Amino acid sequence: MNPALVLPAVDLRPLLPLLVLAVTAGLVLLLDLVPPRERKDHLGFVSALGVVGTLIVTYWMTFSVGGGELRGFRGMVVLDPYALFFNIVIGYATGIVLLLSMDYIRRERQEAGEFYALVLFSALGMMLMASAGDLIMVFLGLETMSIALYVLTGFFRSRIEAGEASMKYFLIGAFASGFFLYGIALIFGATGSTNLDRIGNAVAAGAGRDPMLVIGFGLLLVGFGFKISSVPFHMWAPDAYEGAPTSVAALIATGSKAAAFAALLRVLLTAVRGAPLDWPFLVWGLSVLTMTVGNVVALAQQNLKRMLAYSSIAHVGYMLVGVVAGGSLGSGSVLFYLLAYTFTTAGAFGVLLLLERDGREAVQLADYGGLAARHPLAALALSIFLLSLIGIPPTAGFVGKFYLFAAAVKSGYVWLAVIGVLNSAVAAYYYLRLIVFMYMREPEGAPTVLAPSLSGALALVVALWGVVQLGVMPGPLFDLAQAAVVPLLR
Amino acid sequence: MGYLLTLVTFLPAAGALLVLLLPRRQEPATKRLALGTTLVTFAVSLPLYFRFDPTSADYQFVEQKAWIPSLGVGYHLGVDGISVLLVLLTTFLMPLVILSSWTSVESRWKEFAITMLLLEAGMIGVFVSLDLFLFYVFWEAMLIPMYLIIGIWGGHNRVYAAVKFVLYTLAGSLLMLVAILALYFQHGAATGVYTFDLPVLARYVLPGGRAQDLMFFAFALAFAIKVPMFPFHTWLPDAHVEAPTAGSVILAGVLLKMGTYGFLRFCLPLFPDASLTYAPWMFVLSVIGILYGAWVCTVQPDIKKLVAYSSVSHLGFVVLGLFTLTPQGLVGGLIQMVNHGLSTGALFLMVGMIYERRHTRLIADFGGLWKVVPAFSAVFLIVCLSSVGLPGLNGFVGEFLILLGAFQVDRLAAVLATSGIIFAAVYLLWMYQRVCFGEVTHEANRRLTDLSPREWAVLLPVLLFIVWIGVYPTTFTAMTEPSVQSLISQVQSKARATTAALMTR
Repeated sequence: MNPALVLPAVDLRPLLPLLVLAVTAGLVLLLDLVPPRERKDHLGFVSALGVVGTLIVTYWMTFSVGGGELRGFRGMVVLDPYALFFNIVIGYATGIVLLLSMDYIRRERQEAGEFYALVLFSALGMMLMASAGDLIMVFLGLETMSIALYVLTGFFRSRIEAGEASMKYFLIGAFASGFFLYGIALIFGATGSTNLDRIGNAVAAGAGRDPMLVIGFGLLLVGFGFKISSVPFHMWAPDAYEGAPTSVAALIATGSKAAAFAALLRVLLTAVRGAPLDWPFLVWGLSVLTMTVGNVVALAQQNLKRMLAYSSIAHVGYMLVGVVAGGSLGSGSVLFYLLAYTFTTAGAFGVLLLLERDGREAVQLADYGGLAARHPLAALALSIFLLSLIGIPPTAGFVGKFYLFAAAVKSGYVWLAVIGVLNSAVAAYYYLRLIVFMYMREPEGAPTVLAPSLSGALALVVALWGVVQLGVMPGPLFDLAQAAVVPLLR
Repeated sequence: MGYLLTLVTFLPAAGALLVLLLPRRQEPATKRLALGTTLVTFAVSLPLYFRFDPTSADYQFVEQKAWIPSLGVGYHLGVDGISVLLVLLTTFLMPLVILSSWTSVESRWKEFAITMLLLEAGMIGVFVSLDLFLFYVFWEAMLIPMYLIIGIWGGHNRVYAAVKFVLYTLAGSLLMLVAILALYFQHGAATGVYTFDLPVLARYVLPGGRAQDLMFFAFALAFAIKVPMFPFHTWLPDAHVEAPTAGSVILAGVLLKMGTYGFLRFCLPLFPDASLTYAPWMFVLSVIGILYGAWVCTVQPDIKKLVAYSSVSHLGFVVLGLFTLTPQGLVGGLIQMVNHGLSTGALFLMVGMIYERRHTRLIADFGGLWKVVPAFSAVFLIVCLSSVGLPGLNGFVGEFLILLGAFQVDRLAAVLATSGIIFAAVYLLWMYQRVCFGEVTHEANRRLTDLSPREWAVLLPVLLFIVWIGVYPTTFTAMTEPSVQSLISQVQSKARATTAALMTR
C-alpha cells in the first residue's frame, strides 16, 4: 500500500495581513501590463487600497485574536498583538508614502508601476520581520524589505546622487546582512536552533555562558544597529536619504526603522533575556552616543533631507532609551514612539516633497524663507510636525518622549533621561531654525511653489490627524502598545 | 457653572479657531473678533472673583476627569487664593494688550490674533491646572506662541531673542519634566498610587535628602529661569527689548509670574525640606537680583531696556517674600506679582505708545515732554511712582509686606532689599526727569500728539487698579490669606515630619 501523501495542514491565518499585501503587489504588476500605459495613477490607488485592506485586516485581527496569538509554519511566523501593532505602524507608514508618491513620481517623470509594487514588497518584508518567530524569518523579512528599498533608493535613475545613495545603501546593507547571518550561524552553533523561543530556553538552561553565543548576539546587534541606523552604524543614512526619492526616504525613516525595532525588541525580549550579558548597559552607551551624535551633526545641516536623516538618527537614540528601560512601560513606550514618530516624520517629509523651487525639489533651508506668507497651510503643517519632533505638547512627539523618559526614570536610569531631555533641548534649535525661516524671514529669489496634489494633501491630513490624536488622547493606543509587549515579557 | 474654568481656559482657543476661519483681508473684523474674544473671556472670568469664597483655603471651581487613566493623568482644574488673582490678571490684561496693538502691529494681524489668543489659553491653563502632567502640557505649549510673537513682530534682533528665549526656558523645563517623573514614581512606589494629581502628591511627605534636593533643584531651575532670577536672567532683556509692546506686556505681566507662581504652587508644598534648607540661598540670589537689576537699570540709555531690567529687581522682591514662609511675605509676594503685572505692564504700554510716535526709545532723544504731551506725562508719572513703591499706590503695599516678612527671618536681606527700593526711585525718577522735564531738546518732539481715546481706554483700567490696590488692598489680600496660611502650615508640618523621620532613623 502506498502511504497516502499527507499534506501538513497549512494555517494561513497568521499570514493574512501579509497575504493582502502580496496579492495587491501582484495585482499591481499585472495591471501595469494592460492599458492605460501612460498614466499610472490607478496603480497607486490600487496599492493604497491594498494597504487600507491590510490595516482593516490587522484591526479586525487585533480584536478577534484578543490577547492570544496565532502560530504558523512550525513557529516560524507568529501573529500576536505585538506583530499586529507593528503592522499598524508599518501600514500607516506605507499608506502615507504611497499617497505622497502618486503625484510626486509623475512630477519627476519617473512614473512606473514597479515603484508601487516595490513599496508593497518592502512593506511585506517589514511586516514579516515584525511577525518572525525565527531568526531565519527575521533574515528573510530583512532581505525582502532591504532589496526593495535599495532599488527604490536609486529609482530616480537620471540623478547622480540617486546612484550614489543606492550603491552606498546596498553595500553597507549587504555588509550588515553578513554580520547578521554570521550571528545567526554562531547562535545556531551554540544552541542548536534558530527559533527564538528555543534559543531563549537554551539560554535560560545555561547556554548563555557560551562565548560563541555571546559573539553571535553581538553580531546580531551590529546588524540591527545598521538597520535602525544607530551610531556608529549610521553613516549610510544621510546619503541614502538625500539621494532617494523623498517619499522613499520617508519610508526608510519610518517603516524600515519600525520593522528593525520590531525584530530587535523581540529578539532581546524572547531570546536574549536571561543571558548573563549586560546588554542594557551596552544599549545605554549606544543610546547616548546615537542621540548626541545625531543631534549635534544635525545642527550643521543646510539640506533638509540630511537634517531629517540626522534627526531620525537622534530619534533612534531616544527609542533606545525605552529599550534600555525595558519592562512593559519601556518596551511599550518604544512601540508607541514608533507610531508617533511615523506620523510625524512621514508628514515632515511629505511637506518637503510637495514644495518645489526652480523646477527642483525644495530641500535647502534657504528655500523656506518666508514660506508662511506664500503657503500658510503648508508652513503650518510643517511647523506642527517640527513641534512634534521637538516634543512640544500637545503633539504625539511630546507624549512619546514623555513615555520613554518615564520608563527610564521608573527603571532607575534617571541620568539617561536627563541626557535625553538635554538632547531634546539641543535638537529644538535646528527644528526651530526651519520655523524661523518659514515665519520670520522674507522670501528671496525664485518663489517656492506648492505642487498641487490631492493624494499628497490626503496623506498630510492623515499624518496630522495621527500627530494630534496621539498627542491629545494617547491613552487607548498606549494601552494597546503596552498590551502588545506584555505577553513577550512573561 | 461646573465648567467655568474650562470655559475660561478654552474660550480664547475657540476664538483663535474663529479667527483662523476669517479671510485674510478682513483685518478690521479680525481685530474686533480678537478684542471681543478677550473681553468675553474677561467677563466670563469675573465670577471667579465674585463667587470665590475668601474664607476657604480649598481649591474652588474644581473640575476633575480622567484623561490617561493608565498613567494616573487627570484633567484636574481648580483655583485657590494663590492662583485666582493671577487668572484674573491674565484675563484683565489681554483685552488691553490687544487694544494697544491696534495700530502698532502692522502686518499679519490674523496670525497675531491667533497666537495671542492661544497664548492666553496656555497662560490660564498653567494657572488653573492641578495635575502635573496637564500643567506641564500648558507650560510647554505656551512657549511657542510667545516665541512667534517675539520672532515675527519683534524688533531688529528678534530672531536671536526669540530663539534664546525658547532654548533657555526649554532647557529648564525639560529638567523639571524628569523631576516630575521622579516624584511620580517615588510617590507611586511609596503609596501604591500612581498619579500626577497635585493635591494628592502634595499630601505625600517626601523623604528628605539627596533625591528631594535634586528634584527641588530641577523645579527651581525651571522657575528661576522663568522669573528670571539672577544669574538666569540674561534672556530677559533681549526678549523684552525685541518683543513688540504686546509681547513685552504679556511677558512682564503674566509670563514671569509663572516662575514665581511655580515656586509657590510646586516647590514649597512638594519639597518643603529642601525649600527650607535652601531658602537662605534663594534670599542671596533674590537680593543680588534686586540690587544688580536696579544698578543696571540706572545706566540704561534705552527706556524699554530699563523697564526690562527693573523686572529682575522687582521679581527679586517677590521671590524673597515667598521664601520667607511668613504670612506677610507670601501675601506680599502674591500681591506684588499682581502689582508688577499692572505697573510694569503699564510702563511697557506707555513706552510702546511713545515709540509708536517717535520710533525711538532712547532717553536722550526725549526731554521736556511735559510741555508737549501733559496727559501722557501725568499718567507716566503715576505709573513710575507706582513702580517705585510710593505709599498710596499699589507697589508700596506689596513691597512693604514682603519686607515685613523678610525682616522676621533675615534682617540683613531685608535691609539690603530695602535699599533696592531707594535705587528704584533713583533709576525711575531720574529717567522720568530726563524724559519729561526740562526744555524740549528735540524738534521732532514738538509735534507729538497726546493720548488718544483708544490709549486712554487702555490705560484707565490699569490706573484704576493701581490706585485701588494702593488704597484698599484688603479687597484682594483677603482672598489670598486662607490659602497662604494653609500652605505655610502644610510646609511646616511636612518639614517637621521629615525631620522627625530622620531623627528616629
